[in-house]
Amino acid sequence: MLLVLPIISPFFFAIIMMLFWNNTKAHRIINLVSSAASIIFAVMLFSNVNNSGIQVFQVGSWQAPFGISLVADLLSAIMIVITSVIGFSTAVYSLATIDHEREKFGFYPLLQTLLMGINGAFLTGDIFNLYVWFEVMLISSFVLLALGGRKKQLEGAIKYVTLNLLSSALFLAGVGILYGLAGTLNMADLARKLPLIDNPEMLTLVSMLFLIAFGIKSAVFPLYFWLPASYHTPPAAVSAIFAGLLTKVGVYSLMRVFTLIFINDTDFTHTIILVIAGFTMLSGVLGAASQMDIRKILSFHIISQIGYMIMGLGLYSPLAIAGGIFYIIHHIIVKTNLFLVGGAISKIRGTYQLKKLGGLYKLYPILGLLFLIPALSLAGIPPLSGFWAKFTVVKAGLDLGEFTIVAVSLFVGLLTLFSMTKIWNEAFWKDAPSETIGNKFSGSNTQKAILFLPIVLLALITITIGFYMEPFFDIAQQASEQLLNPNLYIDAVLGVSNE
Amino acid sequence: MLYAVVAGFIFAIFFPAAVRINKQAGKIAAAVLPLGIFIYFASFYNTITEGNVIAQSYNWIPSLGINLSFYLDGLSLTFALIISLVGFAVFLYTASYMEGNKYITRFYIYITLFMASMLGLVLSDNIITMFVFWELTSISSYFLIGFNHDKERSRIYALQALLITGGGGLALLAGLIIIANISGGWSISSLADLNELITGHKHYPIAAILVLIGAFTKSAQFPFHFWLPNAMEAPTPVSAYLHSATMVKAGIYLMARMNPSLGGTDLWQHTILIVGAVTMLFTAMLSLKQTDLKKLLAYSTLGVLGTLTMLLGIGSDLAIKAFMIYLIAHSLYKGTLFLIAGIIDHETGTRDITKLGGLRKLMPITMVIAVLASLSKMGIIPLIGFVGKETVYASALEFEPFGTLLIILAIAANVFIVYITIAVGFKPFFGKLKPTPKEPHESPFKMWFGPMILALLGVVLGMFSSVVINSLINFTEIGVINKKLNIPVKLWHGFNLELALSVLTVLLGVLLYFKRDNIVNTLNKISFTKYVKPSYYYEFLLSSTLSFAKFQTKFLQNGNLSNYAAMIIVATIFLGGLALVSFGGAPNIDLTFAPTFAEVIIGIILILAAISAVRAKSRLTAIVSVGVVGYSVALIFIMYSAPDLAMTQFAIETLTVILFVLVIYRLPKYLPFSSMTRRIRDFILAGLGGLLMSLIVLFIIAEPMTSELKKYFGENSLTIGKGRNIVNVILVDFRALDTMGEIAVLAIAAIGVYALLKLKSNGSEK
Repeated sequence: MLLVLPIISPFFFAIIMMLFWNNTKAHRIINLVSSAASIIFAVMLFSNVNNSGIQVFQVGSWQAPFGISLVADLLSAIMIVITSVIGFSTAVYSLATIDHEREKFGFYPLLQTLLMGINGAFLTGDIFNLYVWFEVMLISSFVLLALGGRKKQLEGAIKYVTLNLLSSALFLAGVGILYGLAGTLNMADLARKLPLIDNPEMLTLVSMLFLIAFGIKSAVFPLYFWLPASYHTPPAAVSAIFAGLLTKVGVYSLMRVFTLIFINDTDFTHTIILVIAGFTMLSGVLGAASQMDIRKILSFHIISQIGYMIMGLGLYSPLAIAGGIFYIIHHIIVKTNLFLVGGAISKIRGTYQLKKLGGLYKLYPILGLLFLIPALSLAGIPPLSGFWAKFTVVKAGLDLGEFTIVAVSLFVGLLTLFSMTKIWNEAFWKDAPSETIGNKFSGSNTQKAILFLPIVLLALITITIGFYMEPFFDIAQQASEQLLNPNLYIDAVLGVSNE
Repeated sequence: MLYAVVAGFIFAIFFPAAVRINKQAGKIAAAVLPLGIFIYFASFYNTITEGNVIAQSYNWIPSLGINLSFYLDGLSLTFALIISLVGFAVFLYTASYMEGNKYITRFYIYITLFMASMLGLVLSDNIITMFVFWELTSISSYFLIGFNHDKERSRIYALQALLITGGGGLALLAGLIIIANISGGWSISSLADLNELITGHKHYPIAAILVLIGAFTKSAQFPFHFWLPNAMEAPTPVSAYLHSATMVKAGIYLMARMNPSLGGTDLWQHTILIVGAVTMLFTAMLSLKQTDLKKLLAYSTLGVLGTLTMLLGIGSDLAIKAFMIYLIAHSLYKGTLFLIAGIIDHETGTRDITKLGGLRKLMPITMVIAVLASLSKMGIIPLIGFVGKETVYASALEFEPFGTLLIILAIAANVFIVYITIAVGFKPFFGKLKPTPKEPHESPFKMWFGPMILALLGVVLGMFSSVVINSLINFTEIGVINKKLNIPVKLWHGFNLELALSVLTVLLGVLLYFKRDNIVNTLNKISFTKYVKPSYYYEFLLSSTLSFAKFQTKFLQNGNLSNYAAMIIVATIFLGGLALVSFGGAPNIDLTFAPTFAEVIIGIILILAAISAVRAKSRLTAIVSVGVVGYSVALIFIMYSAPDLAMTQFAIETLTVILFVLVIYRLPKYLPFSSMTRRIRDFILAGLGGLLMSLIVLFIIAEPMTSELKKYFGENSLTIGKGRNIVNVILVDFRALDTMGEIAVLAIAAIGVYALLKLKSNGSEK
């Protein structure tokens, strides 16, 4: 039953909010309640999975593979927990930053349906159902992007939706072909039946469709264009939740299918993934190096870091996958927080342009510290979380003798440090140029507190992960072991006796 | 030991609060901290010199084998003592030097963090823990160099130092991991016995080079040296502490620490020797053109760092001895001289030696301290610097077969160092009093007390070297070459060649000082090309990386949606093609179709309609053509007995066309934007994409499809699902969750349409 709640609960609250369409005050409260409830459900689910193994729920009691199975292994459970944390942080942050107009036009219900889609994608054990959750996510995020209707926003939103629909089309084609090959949509069932087909090459070929479809979602090279085209246009709260979660659904899906379904020719498929990982890191970080707008810099860094996660998958060893998972955990927290801090900066100064910013460190040392924690973590400075994330994938790469990708990842690490110091340098260290627009945080003290609460919360999580990495990494390792033993997943869904 | 390291971090966290309560008490506490740490470590002196080592370990990340393990032997004790003692002098000094600075609290936080990290670095026994501290020293150095961050130069050079040491740090990380992989553990102390295993491994050369890059960048060896003089933008206490006495020696420490496990090979010894020797001479020469007190000192630091590296490269017992003495001597006198330079700057308002002179009467105490440190630095008896230089010369002389070459290099470099010392330690105090921006006074107690202790220690250690540091050094060497040496350290070795060379060095240095102007004039006439400066390559690399970044980003993220889509199709075709090629022979395709007449007709209609849609010159034609495509597909559904699907398809196609037609009249006039080349490109891409999909489908249908699902749904939809229409039962029961999701999609889309129509944000960006 716990498996259904992360999907149903936000949907339920979204519907309630739609019933009180004109009451934005109610929206705010319900949104908070829903986000808080999600954390509770997520933690309960996680502890269940952690204590008693993979959890399965057959929706409508239709036995797998005939109905739709919801499955939570450790990876899913981890993702659900982080999603709830990010959802809550964004919900709080929105209270201080989202304008009344957007609130009136369904901002909060959209936030909840977005979370529903994300949770659904993490929990489903059915490949077509995954497609459905992708659609829920896509439409919610599209509307959130376009909400407000400014020209720049719409331009970004159109690019976003077009390219993502291309992904959907390829995904759907792939699903159709898989069904043609194995006659089933249940992922566990697919994993059981596909190794028995006559032409395993076909599977490799189909896997490329999935690689592209999920690759677009994860924003890997050379499929990432929709991300830098759109992420800098919506309000900070929206950018933040997108930055933290959306691409990671793609990465999660890649991890799922390339450890469960497409493992017939890992020499071929995972080498391609590794090559893509290298180019993704490099291209993303170079993109960031060329930008002078905080949100654009951060957006390109998302791409770059997706590369590290995919690198973990491509290396395909227990440590590498654990590193990839750990990287996801670290990245979601840190990246969301950076966007939140970026939003706070623009609240104070009224701009994201580095050229127009400056002097923040002298005036707001605490803000400086709150920026430095995620920024240095992102740049991989020890002992913050980003260092351990980088360390584990690098170690995994060196264990396997993959020197090229390791060299690329380290070089990218240096450039990441470079662009984080660029923001620091321009926005915090440099004296403010005269044309600085705003100079004050406009808003009451309560608003200020609401604004900084999620930032502080996420910064504390980052520090905790960094200084007390053991339990987090331990979980990532266990999740990795589960992924690398697909039989655990298959047996949990289909029952051991089924074969 | 954990507490000694952690104390600094905890102190830094609570310092701001403490200062708020009482500013003076906070500052005093800051100076007491390193003093306490010094006393703590000094208490281990006897234990260590009796030949013991102390190891402590605390769990941190056991699943990765990373623990907080600390290891105190002669080598780490020496460093810990230097770090805490110089730290004490510097902290005390800072209280007065930074008086009145608005951001002094931040300064103390950074520098305390640095001290703690540096202690952690030299005490760590776990490779990764050491690396963590290593990076922390780089980061704290960044914040300290950029302390005066309203100045652009501070920011630029802070970044430069960070990028160079940080880049080296990343190389080091890779190198250390490779070594750990070879040796099978993270403990540094246990590496020492694995020398053969490690040096014999095929990955040894790459690991050694990576580690050395880390060490060379950190310790400012040629060609990475240029960040160090630039780091003089930092406040003087920082220059004294980080950039001469401690942090820049981290690389040296690392090489010494790794010497037992990685050393002994030609690669290791020769690389270190050559890089050290080149650094020593090259950087010392660069000092000639400088007139800034701190810059001069920075170049002499570089020379010394080169010498220390060279000594490790020589690697003989005597050289290691010289290494240790010189290391201690340098930390004492160079820290002192930097602090003196700061005092002069503080009191007179200038650091330009051409504007300084005759301060001896106004600042007698400072003068005495400066002279003491200078004498040590010049290697004058009876100071510790003398002992150091004697041993350096001796070890260079006995290095066969290049002893002569090495001694010439060493003397040349030391001549420059003598010259620098005269310029820094004597010039400002002697000669005629020159007018300075500020009226000079003797510095306050807090400022001269620290340097005085360091300078006096130089005398004590020199005069009683055989008593005080002999035993410590003997045990230090165990850390460096894994055996105990018994070459006694003493002040006086009699009238020998080394002494003669020492005298010669000083004389030449004095000569150089007086001929300085002539030489600089000659030098100025020679124009050096920019290509000889390593910093040119740094800037070149940085700027070309940035321009490449701009280029690739403009090229890829060019703002054009159809380019983006094209790129995705290209990637699909490429990966699909790659997979096909990798098969080395396609699977069977059944090409013996027997299409019915109706199928042929529908196929032809489909193709024609598609062509017409692409070629259409108006939107209406295009939409109608697409509608025809949809209808044709629906007809195929009917033929294959899927009436439900066909009905849905008909409905959707009809609705789409109607909606489009309604919208079309509100759209601006249709203009063909795409050029001919683009059309050709798109044609090829579309063709290839279609081909790929067709091939895949052909492959699939070549295999008979079996599905238990069909059977199950057929059997159970009425009995359990209570519905006669199987499709409906699938939609609302078997796969109800899908339908719920899709309903949600519709609802959200409705909100979206509503908001797009009604909500016009007033353009503000929030």
